[in-house]
Amino acid sequence: MEFFTEFPEMGRQDLRDFKKGIDASFREFSRTYGEGIENFFEPLLWFLVWLEKLLINAPWPIVIIIICVLAWLGSRSWKIVFGTAVAFLVIGYFGMWEDTMSTLAIISVATLLCIILGIPLGVLMARSLRVQSAVTPVLDIMQTIPSFVYLIPVVMLLGIGKVPGLIAVCIYAIPPIVRLTNLGIRLVDKEVLEAADAFGADYKQRLFGVQIPLALPNIFAGVNQTIMMSLAMVVIASMIGVKGLGLPVLRAISNQYLALGLLNGLAIVTLAIIFDRVSQEYGRRLQAHRHGGDNG
Amino acid sequence: MDDVYKPTGMVAIMAKIKIKIENLYKIFGDSPTTAIQHVRDGATKQSLLDHYGHVLGLKDINLDIPEKKIQVVMGLSGSGKSTLIRHINRLIEPTEGQVVVDGEDVLAMSQDDLRDFRRHKSSMVFQKFALLPHRTVAQNAAYGLTIQGISEGDAQDRAQRWIDRVGLGGFENHFPAQLSGGMQQRVGLARALATDAEILLMDEAFSALDPLIRTDMQDILLDLQSELHKTIVFITHDLDEALRIGDQIAILRDGESIQQGDPQDIILRPADDYISDFIKDINRGRVLKVRSVMTNAKRAAGPKLSMDMALEDALQALASSSKGSGAVVDGSGKTVGKIEMKAAITAIARPDRSGVTPRYK
Repeated sequence: MEFFTEFPEMGRQDLRDFKKGIDASFREFSRTYGEGIENFFEPLLWFLVWLEKLLINAPWPIVIIIICVLAWLGSRSWKIVFGTAVAFLVIGYFGMWEDTMSTLAIISVATLLCIILGIPLGVLMARSLRVQSAVTPVLDIMQTIPSFVYLIPVVMLLGIGKVPGLIAVCIYAIPPIVRLTNLGIRLVDKEVLEAADAFGADYKQRLFGVQIPLALPNIFAGVNQTIMMSLAMVVIASMIGVKGLGLPVLRAISNQYLALGLLNGLAIVTLAIIFDRVSQEYGRRLQAHRHGGDNG
Repeated sequence: MDDVYKPTGMVAIMAKIKIKIENLYKIFGDSPTTAIQHVRDGATKQSLLDHYGHVLGLKDINLDIPEKKIQVVMGLSGSGKSTLIRHINRLIEPTEGQVVVDGEDVLAMSQDDLRDFRRHKSSMVFQKFALLPHRTVAQNAAYGLTIQGISEGDAQDRAQRWIDRVGLGGFENHFPAQLSGGMQQRVGLARALATDAEILLMDEAFSALDPLIRTDMQDILLDLQSELHKTIVFITHDLDEALRIGDQIAILRDGESIQQGDPQDIILRPADDYISDFIKDINRGRVLKVRSVMTNAKRAAGPKLSMDMALEDALQALASSSKGSGAVVDGSGKTVGKIEMKAAITAIARPDRSGVTPRYK
């Protein structure tokens, strides 16, 4: 009877030893390789710090102008440019300029990193079914595992600081761009690819001349998602030492500062909306050729 | 059925063979090499599918495609015609057989040689156009040239001539989605012509177009061909189209070639009931030429008729002559034969179909 009421679990001692074993071996690993890995990420840290300093130290009107120009190039919409300018002025007026610049810096670097790593990985996945079936579960894990769980090994390995924060953001934010690159390339019209083959296109000409351009709207949807998800990670990243808008939010939670939390939270939302609208407009323009009409 | 009808037209005898397809088999499925044995032992398309789970694409195709002529391959859907044309530039790998172009077996080429072949020697027009949606008309027309490594600017300069030639001048900066089907296929044609390849493969190129536009495009093609003299392989399911543009026609059914010949042959001497039934609604008077019903003669009385005149036009002249016969002359005006009114009428009349079993449902 006992068999049915009590789950036949592993002995307590065994379980403790099992966990200890894993902890010990990972600690050993991090002691041996930790420094090497840290050095490996050194250039990334350098770039991140450089960008953050640049954004903070540059005169604020110039930063706003540059951001507005980028918004114009992306969206070609005066409405969005105007909204962007107002949003940044309000953020600055409420004393969140520096934190916003820090957040902007880490988001930009994280997105760049995700694009650089994610698009080639998506291309590889689209090329072979085996790679796809190997990478898909990994992406599933990255998207669903609670962020705190992978913060532990990252912190054990690299300590507290910007780089572990950046890695945590990337782990969470990279899956959509990989998935949508893969999907976009797989959805490319087979007839068009056949035409490219019939005219003697080689692999590079197929990839860069047909597959990527035609998958671009999907890839761009992936970039948009990646930006949104990295913004969502700002608060969690601040727990392991990333400066920016997340930090005041964290402070507000532990001290029950409603206004502080709200203001910084809204600033994150504002950034998200600006990024989203600009990148969506850009994505729409990429597809202009798909519809008949004005673009001639 | 057993012995395939051999072409007897003058065209086939005189022209040089450009593409020689020999013993070509294609079987789709997991183990085509075992399935091919069943086909050799007499399995049909249906029985191969039912008993062995393989699809018979092509069965023992032998076809000599003459240089500088239009070879039409005709068949209904599932007959293997699109599979066949894709073997010529090896978009599909065969199960067995040879495709020899200018003495070189395409199917034995290395990847590099094959790419060269596709870049310089052959080009293709597709049923659903297959244009690059993100490139403009000018960029699409220049596509084959840019693939060859020519810079975008030079390529577009060279392609411009073909854009004008197919009547798309002024649309260079439009995107394909902004054009009608007929105009898109003109871009497809310009793209194929721009590489100056000797072989033009056209896979149901006009099938997706409205009947009127289709006739337009056929005119454009015939007009271009009278000037360019390319070796064209043209796939269609439309017999009228096949008869209109083909110098040579091969008819496919269930992956097998059932008759090959020039349009006159097909109509006057259909190889089996399937083809007889196919051609029964054809306007014979328009397709059949004087040369097909004439008898050889050095001298003849009556009105002078050209060898390549359609019978329906010839009848007019014959009817108005008192003799009921005419003299057939060649291009230089020399009399080469005689045509009887009665023979012309007999050829035009629908053949006696008593004893012919109705076509498959």
